[in-house]
Amino acid sequence: MAGLGGRFSTVVKAKVSKLLNRAEDPSETLEYGYQKQVEMLQDVKKGIAEVTTSKKRIQMQSQKMEGQVVKLDTQARQALSQNNEELARVALERKAGLQGELQSLDTQVTELERQQEQLTQNEQKLRQKIEAFRTKKEVIKAQYSAAEAQVRISEAATGVGEEMADLGLAIQRAEDKTEDMRARASAVEELEAAGTFDDISRIGPGQDDIDRQLSELSTGSQVDSDLERMKAELGPGEGAAPAPELEEGTGTPGSGESAR
Amino acid sequence: MIVRISGEGQFRLPDADAQRLNELDNRAVGAAEQGDEPGFQELWAQMLELVERDGERLAGDELVESDVILPPRDSSFEEVRGEFTGEGLIPD
Repeated sequence: MAGLGGRFSTVVKAKVSKLLNRAEDPSETLEYGYQKQVEMLQDVKKGIAEVTTSKKRIQMQSQKMEGQVVKLDTQARQALSQNNEELARVALERKAGLQGELQSLDTQVTELERQQEQLTQNEQKLRQKIEAFRTKKEVIKAQYSAAEAQVRISEAATGVGEEMADLGLAIQRAEDKTEDMRARASAVEELEAAGTFDDISRIGPGQDDIDRQLSELSTGSQVDSDLERMKAELGPGEGAAPAPELEEGTGTPGSGESAR
Repeated sequence: MIVRISGEGQFRLPDADAQRLNELDNRAVGAAEQGDEPGFQELWAQMLELVERDGERLAGDELVESDVILPPRDSSFEEVRGEFTGEGLIPD
């Protein structure tokens, strides 16, 4: 096998043989090997727990974003009822941008959940292998000569070592993924926090960089349809929509344009 | 022959499949070297499929070393192409 045979397994082999060379006495090697395996299993558990914690944190961030989406929707409605369509559009653009981020975050969280389940399953497999090693070491100690034992030990230890290395790699990949997701969620959160408008009257279209960045994320068509839907929901009459038959300059003070 | 799909476990494959797998691997290496992503993905999928179809999962208490380790299924092309080069990750 050209390149295939060498992939990864050589690394594991090298690590195991280093481990085995430490002790001369096979039974000592076995005990040391087993002890090491149990220790490393703890690391594996810790690694999986960290992935779970990170996932929870991302889910919390995503919940916060959901709250912000609701808030922006309400603000758009308010702006519209005050007849300020431009303002409503900005709020809806932000909402659409945030929703886009949320969607991709949710997809990733689902994927992470699947990975996490797999990690837990693989931890069980590793446990089973370590248990098998524990049984095997007693058999080896009882049945084989020193020279023969060395070969058997090497086989068994490599089997466990490979499982361990593989799970370690999977944990590493899951951790990297949560890091990426957290960084992205935090960036959106910061962006949103910087542009948060508790006072609806403070925002205006195209005001700042944040507005531009957020609206770049959004899709125009969704904003338009949201806007139409809201207008329909608010209905005529409500929100003092300027009636065409009104003469110019007769608008009631406090309605419509006064929101600017 | 024992094959591991990284992150999924070990499979025992009939020796007759070794040649087929090696052939797919050689072609995958070729595709990776040329930066041919669709071609590579296709070959890699075939390798995984071969192992799943013909392979028999090892029992949980079997302690054996794999002859071959395939990268995780959800690896990106960039991640995987590093593995699929002339001599593999570590030259023999």
